[in-house]
Amino acid sequence: MRQELSRESDEKRSEPLELNLGPHHPSTHGVFRAVVELDGEIVTDIVPHLGYLHRGYEKACENKQYHQIIPLTERCDYMGASSNSLVYCMTVEKLLDVEVPERAQVVRVMMAELSRIFSHLFWLGTHGHDVGAMTPLFYMLREREEIMNLFELTAGGRLMPNYLRIGGLIRDLEDGFVDKLRAFTEHFDERVDEYETLLTKNPIYVDRTKGIGVLSLEDALAYGVTGPMLRASGLAWDMRKRQPYSGYENYDFDIPVETGCDIYARYLVRVQEMRESNRILKQTLDRLPDGPIRVSKPGFIFPPQEDIKVKMEALIHHFMLVVEGVKPPVGEVYQVIESPRGELGCYIVSDGTSKPLRLKWRAPAFVNLESLAKMSKGYFFADLIAILSSIDIVLAEVDR
Amino acid sequence: MMTQEFVQEKIVERFGPETILNAVDFRDQLTLTVPPEKIYEICAFLKESPELQFNLLSFVGGVDRLPLEPRFEIVYQLCSVRHNSRFRIKTQLAEPAEGLPVIDSVVSLWPTADWHERETAEMYGIIFRNHPDPRKLLLPENWKVHPLRKDFPLEGSPEETPDLPS
Amino acid sequence: MGIESHLNNTVHVTNLEWFVNWARKSSMWPLGFGLACCALEMIAAFVSRYDLARFGMEVARPSPRHADLMIVSGTCSKKMLPAVLRIYEQMADPKWVVAMGACACTGGIYKNYSVVQGIDRYLPVDVYIPGCPPRPESLLDGILQLHAKVMKEQSLNNPREFKIKAVRS
Repeated sequence: MRQELSRESDEKRSEPLELNLGPHHPSTHGVFRAVVELDGEIVTDIVPHLGYLHRGYEKACENKQYHQIIPLTERCDYMGASSNSLVYCMTVEKLLDVEVPERAQVVRVMMAELSRIFSHLFWLGTHGHDVGAMTPLFYMLREREEIMNLFELTAGGRLMPNYLRIGGLIRDLEDGFVDKLRAFTEHFDERVDEYETLLTKNPIYVDRTKGIGVLSLEDALAYGVTGPMLRASGLAWDMRKRQPYSGYENYDFDIPVETGCDIYARYLVRVQEMRESNRILKQTLDRLPDGPIRVSKPGFIFPPQEDIKVKMEALIHHFMLVVEGVKPPVGEVYQVIESPRGELGCYIVSDGTSKPLRLKWRAPAFVNLESLAKMSKGYFFADLIAILSSIDIVLAEVDR
Repeated sequence: MMTQEFVQEKIVERFGPETILNAVDFRDQLTLTVPPEKIYEICAFLKESPELQFNLLSFVGGVDRLPLEPRFEIVYQLCSVRHNSRFRIKTQLAEPAEGLPVIDSVVSLWPTADWHERETAEMYGIIFRNHPDPRKLLLPENWKVHPLRKDFPLEGSPEETPDLPS
Repeated sequence: MGIESHLNNTVHVTNLEWFVNWARKSSMWPLGFGLACCALEMIAAFVSRYDLARFGMEVARPSPRHADLMIVSGTCSKKMLPAVLRIYEQMADPKWVVAMGACACTGGIYKNYSVVQGIDRYLPVDVYIPGCPPRPESLLDGILQLHAKVMKEQSLNNPREFKIKAVRS
C-alpha cells in the first residue's frame, strides 16, 4: 500500500528531501544520528552516522588490568549491565582456565536474567512511548525500580551492580535477597499480563507495528542480526540453548519464536522472554546451592575477604593481585552469551602481561543497527522511529 | 556439531596445506592464520561450501602487535547457524614502507562486515579494498589518527584529537 | 504587618527580584536530553517514584527553545561536543546547566582521546552532581541546590550573560 502511495504521486514529485535526525532527538534513544532521504513522507534512503558516544572503550580496556575492566564493561551496555560483566568474566575465566563454583554460577544466572527483564522493561516502556503510548513507561519503570532495589540490596549499585568478579562474585548474596526476589518472581507474571492488556490487542498499537519494518530471515542472517530480532524473524537461535554457558543447560525454559519478521513480532518475542526469564529466576531460587562464591586459585583470583584479615598468604596474594594484576597465559579466546539484545561476544588476545593486548567487543546493538536501512526503506517516516526503537539500541554499546 | 578440525581439513583439501601458515589450539578454540591475499577466497569457501555454511559473521576486528612483525592482524570470527559451530581465521598484514596496509573486503559475502570493516579501517589505518562505503564510522571527520594502534597514546593529543573542530 | 494587613491580606508585597527568581525556580523546565548512562537515572527521576513534578519540572522539553535547564547527563564525547554547544546556544536566556555524573563533571573513568574532560571546559556549569551514575536522589538534591542558587541571583541588576566559543560544524 505504501509503495502505491508513492507511485500515485509520481507526476507531482519533485526532488527528494534530506532530513537530519539527531544527534539530539528524543526518539533516537540517545545520541544516534541519521540522515534520511524522504520522498514526501516515504523513506527512500537512510544513512546512519555513529560515534556521538564513542568513549574509546576498547582502547581504555587495553590500558587497564584485567580486574579493573569490569566496571567499564557494565557502562558499555547500561541497560543489561550484569550480562556484560558476565561475558567479560567468562572470557577471562576461559583464558585462565578456571571453573566457577556452582553457587556463583546460579547467582550469575540470577543477575543476568534480572538484567534481561530490566532491559526489556525499559525497552517496552520507551518503545510504547515512541509509537504514542505514554502509559506503558510508567508501568515498566515501576517494576524496574523493584529490580533496582534488588540490585542495590545485594550489590550496592542501582543501575550498574558491578557484582561479578573474575572467578565468581564479589561477595555473597545479602540476607533477605532471596525472599525479596521470590516475592518479585511471584507477582511478576501478573504484571506482564498487565502490560499485555495495554498493547498486545490495542488496535492503535497493532496498526502501527504489524507488517512494519519487515526483516526476512535471510536478510537478518546476512546482516548478522541476533537476539530477539532474529527470533522474531523465525529462527530459534539463542546461545543459552544452543551453546549453553554458566549452567543454563540445567534450566527448563523455552525460546519464544515468532515468524512475523515485523515490529509486532519483536514485541511479542520480548514480552514472552520476560516470562521465560521469570521462569528461570524461579528455578534459580529453588536450586541455589550452598558453597563458595569464588573459585580458589591463588595468584589469579582474589582470596576471600575474611581470609585476608587472618591469613598471611591470602594477604600477600591479594596484595600482589592488586599491584601486579592477573597474568593469563598467551592466547586468544572468544566467548559469547545471549545478552538482552543478542549475541554479546568478547574476544581477548593475551600476550602474557597483566593487561589485554586486545579486547574486541562484539556488541549486538551495533550489529543489529546495521539492518536499519534495510528495514526502513519504503515506509513512512513515522514508522522509521518505531523501527529504530524495535531494534532496541543502546548507544553506548553501538559506539563503545 | 561440526568440529574445528573438520573445517581445517576442508580448507587444506581445497587450498592445499601451504595455505595454513599457523594453527593454534588454545582452550579448545582453533585459530588458523592464512595468507592475506587468499582471505577473500577462503571466506567465500567457508560461507558457501554446503558442508560448512558459515553464514553468520560475528565480527571482523584488528589487532596491533607492535613491535612484532608483521604488525597487524585481521580476525574473522565466523558462526554456522546450520551446524551450530564457531570458527576463527585470521591473517597478518605487514606495514608497508609508505601508505597503509591493504586487504580485501568481505562485505560482498556478509553485508554485516560493512561497519566492522569501517571501524577497523579507521581504528587501525587499514584499507579494505572494494569496500562499498569507505567513510569514517565512529571518529570525527576531521581526525587523521588511528586510535587503536599501539603507538597512539591513550589520551590523544590536543593537536591530533582536539575537543572542537578548529 | 504593614500594608498587607492594612489591605486585609489580599495582597502580598515583596521585592520584584525575589518574585522573578521565585517564578524562575518554580517552573524550571529541563531539556529532554540524554547523553549516556546517567540519562536512565534522569528518566527514573522524572517518573513515578521520584517524581520531579513536585518541583515544577515535569515537562522535559524536546526543543531547546522551550527549555531553561540543561542537564548534561553523561559522557560528552568530542564528536558530540559541537552539538551540545549548539543546543546550549539555542536555549533562551536565562539558562542553567547541571553537570550530572562523573563524566560530565570531569570525564570520569574515560580519561582518553575521545571524551571531553569535563563539560565545564565549554559550558558554565551551575551545579555538579558526582556519582557514576548518581542516584535520582542526588539529582533531586542537585536541582534543589540549583533552586536555592537561583533564589540568590541578582536577576534584575545583574542578569546572567555568558558567551561561549562560537562553534563551526
